[in-house]
Amino acid sequence: MDWQAIWLSIRLAAATTAILLVTGLPIAYWLAFSTRRWKFLVEALVALPLVLPPTVLGFYVLLAMGPRSPLGALYGRLTGGMLPFSFQGLLLASVLYSLPFTVQPVAAAFAGVDRKLLEASWCLGVTRAATFRRVTVPLSVRGIATGAILSFAHTLGEFGVVLMVGGNIAGSTRTVSISIYDSVQALDYGAAGATSLFLLAVSFTVLALTYALQRRVWAVWPGH
Amino acid sequence: MAGSLSCVCRKRLSKAFELDAKLEVPERAAVTVLFGPSGSGKTTLLRMLAGLERPGSGRIAFGGRVWFDAAQGIDLPTQERRAGFLFQDYALFPHLTVEQNVGYAASPEAARRMMESFALTGLRERRPGAISGGQQQRVALARALAAEPALLLLDEPLSALDAAARQRTQGELRRMLLHSGVPAIVVTHDRMEAVALGDWMAVMVDGTVRQCGTVQDVFRKPADVAVAESLGVENVLAAEVAGREGGLLTLMVGGARLQCVDAGEAGAVLACVRAEDVAVTRDGSQVSSARNRLAGRVSAVIPQGALARVELDCGFPLVSVVTAQSAAEMGLREGELVTAVIKATSVHLVAAVE
Repeated sequence: MDWQAIWLSIRLAAATTAILLVTGLPIAYWLAFSTRRWKFLVEALVALPLVLPPTVLGFYVLLAMGPRSPLGALYGRLTGGMLPFSFQGLLLASVLYSLPFTVQPVAAAFAGVDRKLLEASWCLGVTRAATFRRVTVPLSVRGIATGAILSFAHTLGEFGVVLMVGGNIAGSTRTVSISIYDSVQALDYGAAGATSLFLLAVSFTVLALTYALQRRVWAVWPGH
Repeated sequence: MAGSLSCVCRKRLSKAFELDAKLEVPERAAVTVLFGPSGSGKTTLLRMLAGLERPGSGRIAFGGRVWFDAAQGIDLPTQERRAGFLFQDYALFPHLTVEQNVGYAASPEAARRMMESFALTGLRERRPGAISGGQQQRVALARALAAEPALLLLDEPLSALDAAARQRTQGELRRMLLHSGVPAIVVTHDRMEAVALGDWMAVMVDGTVRQCGTVQDVFRKPADVAVAESLGVENVLAAEVAGREGGLLTLMVGGARLQCVDAGEAGAVLACVRAEDVAVTRDGSQVSSARNRLAGRVSAVIPQGALARVELDCGFPLVSVVTAQSAAEMGLREGELVTAVIKATSVHLVAAVE
């Protein structure tokens, strides 16, 4: 079994989930409560990774962070490094790729909080920000947990995006799925089987946990 | 008491419905009832007062402070109006205990005081889902008052309770509101609730406030037909319980006696009688099952299509509605002596507002 790849995948998934919890919650809040007419455009944009082939997403991310793009140039000036084929680049791509897996269950949970509870809090003189922290988030905690677990599991198993953006550098961008692909290419079915079994077990455990945690959020999840 | 409320709010809510409400509440009114049939815009007006809904145009001022003024671009946020809002289903925070709910936006001292005065100390650790509807109402009221509001807004506060609990809670709610010293505006579509809770009353029909005044005045002199129709009860009589015997109460109304079913009331009460439950006969000796036979004089006969509104003076004003046909056959005219007949079961009592 390729422990180095497993460890890398876990680190990548954990970092992706952490970043998504910070960035995804405000987006989910906006999607749940905004009354803007063009909200549907943002909704579509956030959901795009659900239907887009990972190679397409990976291709655009690769272009966007190349050394000649503004983002890549800025990153180069700040750190002296390059985003493509690095762990940081892979992390950026993973965050985009798993965005809907955090945002959608969390937005559904936020929208499911009875609006009257928020209004009751405002009438008691509590600001909107404090109401979000003291009422909305505690009442959405299962939806937030679902989003985090799904994002973690989704990142753990990603393949196409990694292939496009990260390549195959041991200890830096060679994730579990890439390692399995390599083993099969090298006709090492024993190693491929062991790592696959490990991924299967982890994925099943994580999904079983999610189901146990929250069936309602799962019900609104788009089948894909 | 923190002063008077003045509100003029307009908003088009749909193509067919426009809210155009003018509400004046004097400083002396402790509890104001905003009364009207469902769909008349009461709740919307209440939400506008709280700042939860924005009027299209108009002005709201309370206790000398402007809360909203479309012309001047003033729209005080909900948080700064200090208007406690009691939601129809109470909107208690389900993830917090009773004590945490009451203390949500209050100083520990105020929260402790409210827990005690609303007898909630025994429920301290319970969640809202694990207490009864009546207890939830007390928690909601304690939570609102603990935040020290300048005005309390209550949206159908008794509608979430079952009929028995509603009866019991009416008087209790009135006492709690008076005790708090915070002026309150209560929305209701139940006329008995209006009589039981309010000192001051505003009647809303089809998005406009048709009449403002003391509860008794509004019932006695409805401003127009729509108000009279929405009120339903034409006779609200100040009465005193004078005796009880064999399941019946004897009331003194003006100089006359009135009997009704004994449901445990005592002291000063309001006797409510619908005009169609008052029959008018000419022969006072006629025997019937009705307990109450009151001699009176016709003070007016007002034709209303197929019906006629007969206003009587029986030592107190009493309104009857009879068919136009009966009125014609009996030849009812102003100044004539008649007998008003009321069944004891048609007299409904409400504890009087002290």
